[in-house]
Amino acid sequence: MPLRNKDILGIAELNVDEIDLILDTADSFSEISQRVIKKVPTLRGKTVVNFFHEPSTRTRISFEIAEKRLSADSINFATSGSSFSKGETLLDTVRNLEAMNADIIVMRHGIPGASHFIASRAHASVINAGDGAHEHPTQALLDMLTIRQHTGSLENLTVAIVGDIDHSRVARSNIFGLVKKKARVILVAPPTLLPHRVDDLGVEVSYDFESVIPKADVIMMLRIQRERQGKVLIPSLREYSRYYCLTPERLKLAPAKVLVMHPGPLNRGVEIDPAVADGPHSIILEQVSNGIAVRMALLFLLGGRSSREQSN
Amino acid sequence: MRKGTEPGTILNESEIRDVIQRFAQEIVSTYPDLDQIAVVGIQTGGAHLGRRLVHAISDRARQEPDFGILDITLYRDDIALEINQPIVRQTDIPFEVSGRNIILVDDVLYTGRTVRAALDALIDFGRPRAIRLAVLVDRGLREFPIRPDFVGLEIATTPDQKVHVRLKEQGESSDQVILEKGD
Repeated sequence: MPLRNKDILGIAELNVDEIDLILDTADSFSEISQRVIKKVPTLRGKTVVNFFHEPSTRTRISFEIAEKRLSADSINFATSGSSFSKGETLLDTVRNLEAMNADIIVMRHGIPGASHFIASRAHASVINAGDGAHEHPTQALLDMLTIRQHTGSLENLTVAIVGDIDHSRVARSNIFGLVKKKARVILVAPPTLLPHRVDDLGVEVSYDFESVIPKADVIMMLRIQRERQGKVLIPSLREYSRYYCLTPERLKLAPAKVLVMHPGPLNRGVEIDPAVADGPHSIILEQVSNGIAVRMALLFLLGGRSSREQSN
Repeated sequence: MRKGTEPGTILNESEIRDVIQRFAQEIVSTYPDLDQIAVVGIQTGGAHLGRRLVHAISDRARQEPDFGILDITLYRDDIALEINQPIVRQTDIPFEVSGRNIILVDDVLYTGRTVRAALDALIDFGRPRAIRLAVLVDRGLREFPIRPDFVGLEIATTPDQKVHVRLKEQGESSDQVILEKGD
């Protein structure tokens, strides 16, 4: 079964079969990164543009490595220093990219829905690499892949997502994906950091981290996004830490096989203690490695699709 | 072994067993030092047959040669033409390829395009000393200059015919190769 759409815009748009296809494909791709020659010829002749309108290091590098391992020609295009700063509109910029025959556009933008806007007007496939506080589908897919590699399945797992949920596109995408895969999701945060209409998401909510930890198969810590907070939502980082930092003491309350995750970058000492981040339960660096495999899988699934449509 | 091209079962379970035994015999006598060889099966039929060949070799030589499986999807030349999404399966080559004699195993040899892709995939792992090709059925109609070194059954077919290899590893009740009548 192929993907139904030409784009990957959010987990909300994917059905369970598509999520499984992507994760299964990614599992096969992780082997390529272990080879001496970490490259296959699959996307030779395809052009992928990494269009980042917001600072990003790991996501952009992860996409770039994935593109190169599939032999695609990848072009990085950051907004600073481009004609964007000369007043060109987003759509004009993308039309220019298309006129240069880009096959896939990987796009990060600060405004929710920016990649949807472009995808509906472009022939190229668009992969959303994060749009404001809306979705970050590749992060959720790599998180689900990493969990699945440890547990075999996502069904009936209890996953606690802890921290700045309202500002987190990682949390939103993970909530959509985990709920579709029938995991039990508990959001843990102070009320000011929870989204509105949280009841519609199909999740449970708790303000008390320590009462949730003993139930959790997976604890997913989120970064406190200082740059996204326009107003003061927590009294201080110190106070936040006191209640919501994952410390070695709190981790002792968890089941023996608990998995600790974090999408990065880490605020060591704020939401996660260094001893936990580097400890035996942490699978944070596996998430990073799996990011490449997931992105390779998506590029492969979309890249083959675009040329099939052209030839038909 | 050569048979007519009447549709129906062209290889039954015991014939398939005999083919694997014969391959094992030929390989053991050609390569007395089994450290020099490795068997690589192409996903998915070739991987099952390759595993059987490894067992047949170790029964004779009391030594198990290295075994790997290869998925060639990412090296295909028709990904853009396929209507259906090809499924990427696992590749696992857990040994050093360089300097080895690789016995590449597939179930059916037809156009030669799969083998071409497998050769490209294999040499990305290193520089083998040689690559030999073992196939259960050679149905002719080659489009590339590729020939097998070990052949179970050679038959003449037409492009509209289909050759189905059914193996127990894939959940079949018995092993057989079936030639389906053309249009």
